[in-house]
Amino acid sequence: MRIITTRRISQIFFFLLFLWFCVASTLGEQWWQLRGWPVNWLIQLDPLVGLGTLLATGTLYAGLLWGLLTVVLTLLLGRFFCGWLCPFGALHQAVGWLANRGRKAKVMIAVNRYHRGQGVKYAILVFLLGAAAGDLISRLLRIPFDAPVTVAGIVILLLMLCAIATRLGKRSGKRWMTGVAFIAIGSMVLGLFADGSRLLAASLQTGLLDPIPLFYRSVNLTLLPLVDGQLISLAPSSRIYPGIFAMGAFFWTAVFLNLIIPRFYCRFVCPLGALFGVLGKNALYRVGQKAEGCTVCGDCDHHCEGGCEPSSVIHTDECVLCMNCLDSCRHEVMGYRLQPSAAGEISAPDISKREFVAALTSGIVAVPLARLAGGTGETWNPTVIRPPGALPEVEFLQRCIKCGQCMRVCPTNVIHPAGLQAGIEGIWTPALNFRMGTSGCQRGCIACGNLCPTAAIRPIALDERLGIGDFELQGPIRIGMAFVDRGRCLPWAMGRPCIVCQENCPVSPKAIFTREEFRPVRIGGQLHIRSMDGNRLTIDGPVLPSGQFSTGDYYISINGGSDMPPARITEAGTNTITLEGSAFVEPAATEGRIDLLVRLQLPFVDPTRCIGCGVCEHECPVKTRRAIRVTAENETRERRHQLVL
Amino acid sequence: MDRREFLGRCTRAGLSVTAAGALGIGLYDGKPPEAFSDTTASVKIPDFSIAEMKGRICIARGTDRSATVRQAFEALGGMKAFVKPGERVLLKVNAAFASPPALGATSHPDLVASVVRLCIDAGASRVTVTDNPINDPASCFALTGIGAAVRQAGADVVIPRASLFQRFTVDKGRLIRDWPVLFDPLARADRIIGLAPVKDHHRSGASMTLKNWYGLLGGRRNIFHQDIHTVIQELAMMIRPTVVVLDGTTSMMTNGPTGGSLSDLKPTGTLVVSTDPVAADAAGATLLDKRPDDLPFIAKAQDAGAGIADYRSLDLKEIQFG
Repeated sequence: MRIITTRRISQIFFFLLFLWFCVASTLGEQWWQLRGWPVNWLIQLDPLVGLGTLLATGTLYAGLLWGLLTVVLTLLLGRFFCGWLCPFGALHQAVGWLANRGRKAKVMIAVNRYHRGQGVKYAILVFLLGAAAGDLISRLLRIPFDAPVTVAGIVILLLMLCAIATRLGKRSGKRWMTGVAFIAIGSMVLGLFADGSRLLAASLQTGLLDPIPLFYRSVNLTLLPLVDGQLISLAPSSRIYPGIFAMGAFFWTAVFLNLIIPRFYCRFVCPLGALFGVLGKNALYRVGQKAEGCTVCGDCDHHCEGGCEPSSVIHTDECVLCMNCLDSCRHEVMGYRLQPSAAGEISAPDISKREFVAALTSGIVAVPLARLAGGTGETWNPTVIRPPGALPEVEFLQRCIKCGQCMRVCPTNVIHPAGLQAGIEGIWTPALNFRMGTSGCQRGCIACGNLCPTAAIRPIALDERLGIGDFELQGPIRIGMAFVDRGRCLPWAMGRPCIVCQENCPVSPKAIFTREEFRPVRIGGQLHIRSMDGNRLTIDGPVLPSGQFSTGDYYISINGGSDMPPARITEAGTNTITLEGSAFVEPAATEGRIDLLVRLQLPFVDPTRCIGCGVCEHECPVKTRRAIRVTAENETRERRHQLVL
Repeated sequence: MDRREFLGRCTRAGLSVTAAGALGIGLYDGKPPEAFSDTTASVKIPDFSIAEMKGRICIARGTDRSATVRQAFEALGGMKAFVKPGERVLLKVNAAFASPPALGATSHPDLVASVVRLCIDAGASRVTVTDNPINDPASCFALTGIGAAVRQAGADVVIPRASLFQRFTVDKGRLIRDWPVLFDPLARADRIIGLAPVKDHHRSGASMTLKNWYGLLGGRRNIFHQDIHTVIQELAMMIRPTVVVLDGTTSMMTNGPTGGSLSDLKPTGTLVVSTDPVAADAAGATLLDKRPDDLPFIAKAQDAGAGIADYRSLDLKEIQFG
């Protein structure tokens, strides 16, 4: 079998596996729905997810250990992931092939030539890792430099470094020493004079461009909802995700750039490809020419996926192991061997020292700059409601890779990718919107946290969410709290009975309770009793619209209600009123003044009971800006957000 | 320019002008569009009741839902009196909330499955179970246990989706006008059986068999809470069921209609099977320590001709089981 046939089979296999994972990320009881299917496996294999969270948090979370396997294989084999496994890469390769079939060989050879811009992806990678490393740097700076042991250790370390450096040669040894001294002195000064914890912070933004999370969220959130319900039905009602347009536009731009240059994204943008380029630069096996036989016919460049120029000095770090050059070489010069290419190799990533430093520094500095807005502190946005189990915001931003798995699995479709409301760092992180979806955040559901690949949303147990069993003392998880908007609420503002919010509150005892009020109705005048016949009153005053007050919610009081409690109207004609059978009207009340009252149950929120599930907001009949709304106020994930004692 | 090219250009221009003109004139519409298109006229919901079974009610005391409901139907002449062989039966359950059966906020799966089996034993060709719940529909049918129980018993679950709704107007109705109703399952049924638990309901006073039809409404139905008693009356006018089953084996006394705690429930050991939903609700009111008079919708439904509140005046059977 030709090697490229094997490669295609592998690509198709992983592409189908990916699609299958997207489909299987459905909550339900069918065999093809979530049944322990390893739907996060491709995310876990992605070492950029592991490395990013490792830099940001200091640990490698659970399944992300799979990334180590990819790293080891890349160290030995080169960028096999890009050419053989990555489903996003497979899509690019397929689209690029389709779009460029008709182009002349000469054009394609030119298009596939190595481009200086391919170095940009390394700068992107360094920037993103710099942004993720802030906390780590801050921790290093917090080393107590005034302790004698540390000072001694640093001195010994410096001496050792100098010794090594001097052995490396006179010239470079001097530069080494200067560099090390600079870093040591600089960090001491920073550590002594600046508060590292304030100056430096980690923010995991790799997911913005990391192809695996990107492809997961693009397919799950922007494509599946469009085709769902045709072949199979993944969601009973069609899904919506406010703010999805930018995500979709980004995805399609990446796809259509293949029309200009095949695998544009892989060559110029992909930070994961850049990571593999760095890891694979010393790989044992590499693609290259053997000593003799090359006629420089250009066939290898014609179909090159990586833009690595196998026809001349090959850029090993750009080679995605597509093996097209092996297949198209008529002289059997190209091979995948232990020996370096006879025509020479460039294996170092195309990023200069100054570019590296610029990208790293901007990455490190960008995060504190974003944090100056105060969004993780004083000016936190209470309309950003995070899913139950979400970590405190700062830690959350160190883990969330914007893969969209929580939004995909949410059975009620209340989680959507945030726009700028969670700050520039929070783009496409999960936020709850109770106006959308089928019914708020279900109290008995813990799906999002159990699917989250990085534990930005912790995998909580139901007991913890509900605050029962072992969690009795700490109480239920609150994701926010509901507030009644008395200016929009039907009973409060308009004197109309409603209390749909109270009815739907799922907590027991209910977090929404009511107080009864009998409120005079605006009828344009004063009613008086003309005569009385049992429970039937004939009245003087403004003409009542027939039927309107017979609904069971209207009452009358006589002479200001001093003599008897309000009596319910069972029948109201234009000038007659029939009262409930048991209502007692004193004969003395004849000639009395009648007030027409509506019985209202006014909703109140008990802050000690409300868990912020948003069912009330979802059900509120005031559909635009709801009359009861949940904000993240009093959420349990941040102690600082506690409102009620 | 030679003559050949000139003629060619004239032909292409002429054809283009003709095509553009034909399209423009052919698609010309001098009238602005209508504000609304009323599509309700053709939609009718049939009367599912059986004339000779009118006014039958059985109040059965027992704690085992399956056995009690069987005995209660037996007392009214058996399920065969309601379902003829080959008929398609729709069970409108209460699956409003995604909560477990123990919390009593929804129809109990044992009861629903038993009624499904009774229908199948009576020869029903197809039994369908539906509701348009408040919480996420799929979660509701899964967590209440209704979905699994009735599928095992041999019925289908219809999870509502937009295409199953049709706009409908209740004859002489004031509120339910040109309103989306879960019509498709109704249109595919010969008989309809309502199954509802007895629950406290803060707004209407109680949620029983009449309020249960609320779950056939779609759209922005919550606005009807402004006039809850009238909308229940209109629902009673909209659906004339074959028979209703009111489950007061346990009753939700407080915190209704969602409940959420076992302490909201009280064992009341009563199950009502009735061809008259108004009578069933009037009987159920007593389980909540209320009088039928406390629930204005009962009198209103009676006024609309949906049934008789004074259930003792009907053909009442009372049985004790277990």
